[in-house]
Amino acid sequence: MEELILAIVKPLVDHPEQVIIEEKTEGSKAIYRLSLHPDDIGKVIGKHGRIAKAVRTIATAAANAAHQKKVYVEIAE
Amino acid sequence: MKEVTVVGQTVEEALQSALKQLQATEEQVEIDILDEGKKGILGLFGRRPASLKVRMKADPIREAKSYILSIAAHLGVHPDIQVKRQGKKVFFSLSGEKIALLIGKRGQTLNALQQLTQLVINRHSNDFIQFQLDAGDYRKKREETLTALAKRMAEKVETAGKTIRLEPLPAAERKIIHAALAGNRRIDTFSEGTEPKRYVVIAPKSK
Repeated sequence: MEELILAIVKPLVDHPEQVIIEEKTEGSKAIYRLSLHPDDIGKVIGKHGRIAKAVRTIATAAANAAHQKKVYVEIAE
Repeated sequence: MKEVTVVGQTVEEALQSALKQLQATEEQVEIDILDEGKKGILGLFGRRPASLKVRMKADPIREAKSYILSIAAHLGVHPDIQVKRQGKKVFFSLSGEKIALLIGKRGQTLNALQQLTQLVINRHSNDFIQFQLDAGDYRKKREETLTALAKRMAEKVETAGKTIRLEPLPAAERKIIHAALAGNRRIDTFSEGTEPKRYVVIAPKSK
């Protein structure tokens, strides 16, 4: 899942080397916290969070396909 | 990204050897001249070869393809991609096994993938490219479903004389509804609400 999120996000940003993901598990949730270069945060969130939503949609599709836990993708400020 | 640094007697000579190494034509590459070189006096003294850095220009379609394939691979799907280009519009059509995984419920996954790829393709293109992604004949079937729904709802509006609000739909799908009912003079269609919850309203024509 981490690799998938990196594959989605890295080509969208200007500083792919600064994309970092931290994974935590809380009960039945798998949470992926993304840290980005400050200039890239807006790119990954998009207008009205549209891009972030698209990223979550694909992460959810992958979790369903692999019968994994519910996935949450967060973007660190 | 493929890149070579070359030296030659002249800039032109260096460029030719770079193109040979990259197996590319001049239009496919970007060139940085590091040193123009010097002929020297009588071609003997103070002579310096020309040196260049030559790299393959990004090809937006190639980048978009590899983006989709890398995401699909993480979902365990390895689709074939058919590419169509019409001026500023680029269409990709996915086919192969397990394609349904890339479509998702009501095309959610497909629309997300389309949106993200649209960004990637335009990062690598100077002109704005409008990108559409299809899988199997999903978009065509969806258009048929939406057109049928539009006609059915329009009939209801006409007979009951009441306004009907449809479920929220993405812009491209709302357009299908409007287009399907554009010829009907007994009703009006318009959209209400804000994205992503914008929806079509079908109303009896006010007299």
